[in-house]
Parts: sequence; structure tokens; C-alpha cells
Amino acid sequence: MTEPDDTDFLTLGARRFRSRLLVGTGKYRDFTQTRAAIEASGAEIVTVAIRRINLGQNPDEPNLLDYLPPERFTLLPNTAGCYTAEEAVRTLRLARELLDGHTLVKLEVLGDAETLYPNMPETLKAAERLVAEGFEVMVYCSDDPIQAQLLEEMGCVAIMPLASLIGSGMGILNPWNLRLILERIRVPVIVDAGVGTASDAAIAMELGCDGVLTNTAIAQARDPIRMARAMRLAVESGRGAYRAGRMPRKFYSADPSSPLTGVIGRPTP
Amino acid sequence: MPDEIPQTLTCRVNGELLMLPAGTTLADLLRERGWAGKRVAVERNGEIVPRSLYAQTAIAEGDAIEVVVAVGGG
Repeated sequence: MTEPDDTDFLTLGARRFRSRLLVGTGKYRDFTQTRAAIEASGAEIVTVAIRRINLGQNPDEPNLLDYLPPERFTLLPNTAGCYTAEEAVRTLRLARELLDGHTLVKLEVLGDAETLYPNMPETLKAAERLVAEGFEVMVYCSDDPIQAQLLEEMGCVAIMPLASLIGSGMGILNPWNLRLILERIRVPVIVDAGVGTASDAAIAMELGCDGVLTNTAIAQARDPIRMARAMRLAVESGRGAYRAGRMPRKFYSADPSSPLTGVIGRPTP
Repeated sequence: MPDEIPQTLTCRVNGELLMLPAGTTLADLLRERGWAGKRVAVERNGEIVPRSLYAQTAIAEGDAIEVVVAVGGG
């Protein structure tokens, strides 16, 4: 039997993916756990950060990329920690060189260290330059439909609004804004930031989001491997429910699932 | 001797001041640090240096060099 979702792909630029769960690689105990969690999540796209190599580093120290071979995973370099368009663009140029010309990137330009809320003017500036330089830009943004539209018009390949603050695990705080974005945006909309547990991922997918990106919810779970698997199932379930089309909510008309007639001990009508 | 060729140069690598022998190339720096053949990317004075040019790129006095790797992140 063919799985009904066999033709359901996430399309980002020129690439197609089966998994709609994207995962980060930060905050794990070690690279072995990182790899095991990613395997359990079924994710095909994994984010990485770009940082200065430590001058005092032991040359034999293991490297993240030894555990995440680019032949096996689509690496999504991010600009985490960048506060200006300039820093973000420089970081992604380095990432492109590091990953042999790889152009699919995650842009995030932060506004402040306390909230990690995006600085949207700088984000827009960086997106424009990166698109002009041939990058395929997936962009972390506020859950503001107008900003999302501006980014789509610039040519970003995915719009990635926050569900709540990065690393907060507060879940989907404003599903109505996500719906507004989903109604207007044609490129994939991926919830980035704020997912705390499996139900949050399922809710995002049921709303019609095209994917979910999460790191902390998996890495900081008591058992990251189990949570990675739970997230995979939640994203699949949420996507399935969205495609199936949920029943309408009917607040005031209770409608039993069992027949109204034939209950024992009653006169026949 | 006024015409003496300087024996060393000072540059910044990842923000840290380093004294290197004059004539050091990027390839020399990476080899000396044990980074040769590793997945790194290099920026010199704000411009990317492609891997193929490491051997022919001499570090100059006052250069600002960034050497980066991929690390875990979300």
C-alpha cells in the first residue's frame, strides 16, 4: 500500500524534502547525542552556527561536521548572534565558502540579547543583499504579516516567524497572526522558535504551517532522543490532520456519534 | 640598518594579536595552527579568501583575519 503522503514534499527553492521537521544542533551533551537525536527526529535539514575557531584549540578536537556529513544532511548555516545586516551577510558568505558553495541559509538578525527578538529593518536589509548575491534565504522574522510579505517579495524562499521567544518553549502564542501570514504567503512558512513540546509542533502544522524548526525543545528535554522522535510524530500528525481537514467546531450543537434510536427499554416510535 | 627587511609582521587572527614571520601565507598559518585540511573558512580584511588561494595569499602587516568553523546552533 502506498502511504497517502508519498507526494507531500516540502519545497525550498530548488530542493524537495520529505521531512517537515528542521532541527538545530546546539545545546546537546556531545556530538554523539546530537547525531542520535537528529536521526530520531528524521530531520533532513539541520541548522549549524558559524563561529571563530578557537586559537588554542587542540587540532584533534572533534568537529561537528564529522558527525553531520553534508552528503547525508542539508546543513542550514544560521546567523545566530548577529545584530546587524553587515554581520549577518559576512557570516553567510563565510558559511558559503565553508560548505563549498552551499546557498540555502537561515538569516536571523537579532534585536537584543534579552528577547532575541528579530531586528526587522536589519533583517530586510540583509535579506535583500543575500538574495542579490544568490543565496536562498530562509528568514527568521516577527509574526507580522506585513514584514512576512515584504520578505517574500524580496525573494526569500521560506518565511520563518517566531511562535514565541527563541529558547522559551512557550509554544504558539499567537495562532491568529500565523494564520494571517499563512493566508498571504505562498512560499513555505516554517515556525521557528518557541516550540516547547510535541503538541506545539502539531498545532503549528494543523494551522497549515509548512514546517517546524526546533532546537531547545529537543536538546533540553530530559531525554532528547525520545523528544526528537515525539517531535517527528507530532509534525507528521499535525500535517496529516491539516491535509485531512478537521471537522468544524460546533459550540452549541452537541451531535452524538452513536444512533439516537434503538436504545433499550423505550417504546418504539 | 635602515634598509633591513622586517622579520615579523603583526596581524589579528580572530581578534587576537599575533606576530608571524614576514612572508607567512594563509596556508602557512593554517598549517602551523593544525587547521590545514579541516573544514574552515577564511576572511581577510572583510573579504572571503577562497580555499584555492590560501597558498598564494601572503598575510600583510595589520591584516584582520577571521577563521571560522561550523558549530552547534539553532
